[in-house]
Amino acid sequence: MVASRDDAFVSFEHVQKSYDGETLVVKDLNLQLAKGEFLTMLGPSGSGKTTCLMMLAGFETATHGEIRLDGKPINQVPPHKRGIGMVFQNYALFPHMTVGENLSFPLEVRGMGKSEREAKIKRALDMVQMGAFANRRPAQMSGGQQQRIALARALVFDPKLVLMDEPLGALDKQLREHMQFEIKHLHESLGITVVYVTHDQGEALTMSDRVAVFNDGRIQQLAPPAELYERPDNSFVAGFIGENNKLPGVVEDLNGERAVVRLENGELIDATAVNVKAKGEKTLVSIRPERVEFKPELIPEGAHTIDAEVLEVIYMGDILRTRMRVAGHDEFVVKCRNTIDQMPLTPGQRIRIGWNPLDARALDMI
Amino acid sequence: MSDVASQLTTADGRPLKAALASAQARAKRRAFFLVLPLLLFILISFAVPIGQMLQRSVYNDQFSKSVPALSQWFAENPKGTAPDEAAFAALASDLVLMKETRAAGDAGTRINYVVSGTRSMFTKAARGADKLEPPFMEAMLELDEDWDNPLVWNAMRSAASPWTFDFYTIAFDLERDADGKLTKVDETQRIYFRLFIKTFLIAGVITAICLVLAFPIAHLLATLPMAKANLLMILVLLPFWTSLLVRTTSWIVLLQGQGVVNDILVALGIIGDDGRLQMIYNQTGTIIAMVHILLPFMVLPLYSVMRVIPVSYTRAARSLGATSWTTFRRIYLPQTIPGIGAGVLLVFILAVGYYITPALVGGADGQLFSNMVQFHMTKANWSMAAALATMLLVGVLVLYWLYDRLIGIDKLKLG
Ligand SMILES: Nc1ncnc2c1ncn2[C@@H]1O[C@H](COP(=O)(O)OP(=O)(O)OP(=O)(O)O)[C@@H](O)[C@H]1O
Ligand SMILES: [Mg+2]
Repeated sequence: MVASRDDAFVSFEHVQKSYDGETLVVKDLNLQLAKGEFLTMLGPSGSGKTTCLMMLAGFETATHGEIRLDGKPINQVPPHKRGIGMVFQNYALFPHMTVGENLSFPLEVRGMGKSEREAKIKRALDMVQMGAFANRRPAQMSGGQQQRIALARALVFDPKLVLMDEPLGALDKQLREHMQFEIKHLHESLGITVVYVTHDQGEALTMSDRVAVFNDGRIQQLAPPAELYERPDNSFVAGFIGENNKLPGVVEDLNGERAVVRLENGELIDATAVNVKAKGEKTLVSIRPERVEFKPELIPEGAHTIDAEVLEVIYMGDILRTRMRVAGHDEFVVKCRNTIDQMPLTPGQRIRIGWNPLDARALDMI
Repeated sequence: MSDVASQLTTADGRPLKAALASAQARAKRRAFFLVLPLLLFILISFAVPIGQMLQRSVYNDQFSKSVPALSQWFAENPKGTAPDEAAFAALASDLVLMKETRAAGDAGTRINYVVSGTRSMFTKAARGADKLEPPFMEAMLELDEDWDNPLVWNAMRSAASPWTFDFYTIAFDLERDADGKLTKVDETQRIYFRLFIKTFLIAGVITAICLVLAFPIAHLLATLPMAKANLLMILVLLPFWTSLLVRTTSWIVLLQGQGVVNDILVALGIIGDDGRLQMIYNQTGTIIAMVHILLPFMVLPLYSVMRVIPVSYTRAARSLGATSWTTFRRIYLPQTIPGIGAGVLLVFILAVGYYITPALVGGADGQLFSNMVQFHMTKANWSMAAALATMLLVGVLVLYWLYDRLIGIDKLKLG
């Protein structure tokens, strides 16, 4: 799936963007997209996701660098000639037109005949299960319905590439999950390429082929969801995606991929070296809460274990979320499945915990 | 369903509707007392004067109050009866009355509105009225042969009643011929209705110029960052903050024959020194100065509408494949209609009734309808002024109604 530089469908090459001539909002963006890929840009507010999307759509010009679409540079191509479908966060359905007219608009400006237009509009509306709404006005529909129409409008003229800027941001959780599924389904059945912007990590993980994590105008990591979650490249990604325990320390021993880290209270733990290069370096070890073990038989032979004191057990239905004090930190979280033979923990209890060294990643210190 | 509703009661058994009404009555009373001062003010300062004006346009007793005998003769003889000796006798006795009360001028003026050149007939006849001897018909004709003019008698018959549509007849450039039929007045005399139409045309031109000028300004204001937009807004509002006379004077300085604009054009060689443009004290001057004064009324509603049109609409249209012109025409423009409507209506209504600017810079051909109203007011011809003002009011109301039919008054957005 990952495109090489030459046959990429969309590519950003050393793209930089500044709005005011003083600060760079996008710093050296390099990104290649294959045809049919679903790529999500994920990142905190202000990290430059929308800016990237707007440069691709043609509403902002890149201050430096080149953007290519289907092998051709598009820096000088005006937005209406790029043939890119776009879904906006606030839907941007034209309020003075009915749903049918909204969908007809892109076809009319392409000079398409009436019968052909009608067939395409019907097909697009059926695609999002909104066939009965052609004569409604946007104001007469719910947010979810408007979102579907916006989707249908962006797809009705058969664009190869569709950009979506937080399209589900205004919907409630249940509707959002349902729409995520539908968008994903449409992506697969139509074979379109999608660039999707969100700051909901759940959305990014469930929908995408690859996720580009943005921070501070740079891509921090570009990887498929599983890899992003399980093998974050740096502390930012580890902290941004999913819940994470972070233990600061100093590299005590480094042997290839394997590192031993001495925590602030002197205890030793095992980790995989990701961002550390030498002994004595400061590091932040990140461990997912569900990968922490406290049953001795589940901790690998020879791995280090450390002391922990149970502070609080929160019953969450499917899981039990346990907060512990580890190496002086009160916020260490362990999640375990709520099964019938689960060993009950009670506040105040002292246990020893450990993990597979592959699950603890020694990252950069932020 | 309604039966059930009417049977609903509160916990202590009172009907729900009655309980609700009495619970709300106190609040409603208090709200009413709060708006009462405003209500009274509007009543006294607006409704009453308008009512007065409407009444004056159809009520004028200048003539009728001085002619009791003639009124009686008119009552006894149907319309179309030629004036006989009895009629002239009645007229003579009324003229005596006029002489005593010094009302001949007033009464003559009233007839003069309808048949011009007749005022002096009354003043002259009244002067020697007590010396008139029967037969009165001959005696009167001796004084002025126009006394048997049917137009004069028709006018007197109509003016003998204080209720009259004569002033509207005049305002529409109509007159009654000897048979009492309405005909158009002579081409050269058609001033009122022609000016009325011209006023609406000029107001239309001014509105159109304002719209063309204001649209880009408002768009610029709406798309600029807030800080810069506010600065520009001050410039737009500047005309509001300068005295009307100062503004008008500056237009005179700029536009007069020896003014700045002409000097520059001459200096640039665009026009010769003998070809200086006449841009003030005529229609052009009226239009230029009024556009300047009314421009903010167009900019503000447009701005307030454009400000809230999200940029995503135009972006969406562009991404869907529309050129910038198509996007403007089909997406942006339709959404500014409430602002255009409000601005056009506001500017047009203000322009139609404008008085001071045309009076100051309009010269002879730059006068508008209101100047005519003012002219009749200075001449103490209140009925004529009222009739003209009523025409203006009705014209504006018709426009308002048209606007409501075409665009819908609920779509109006003033700010
Ligand atoms: N038109 C603009 N003019 C000046 N600065 C801008 C403009 N648009 C965005 N910025 C700045 O660029 C940075 C990146 O903005 P951008 O909208 O790309 O962020 P984002 O990742 O989409 O954030 P969000 O998740 O909040 O939508 C921000 O610091 C923002 O203030
Ligand atoms: Mg954004």
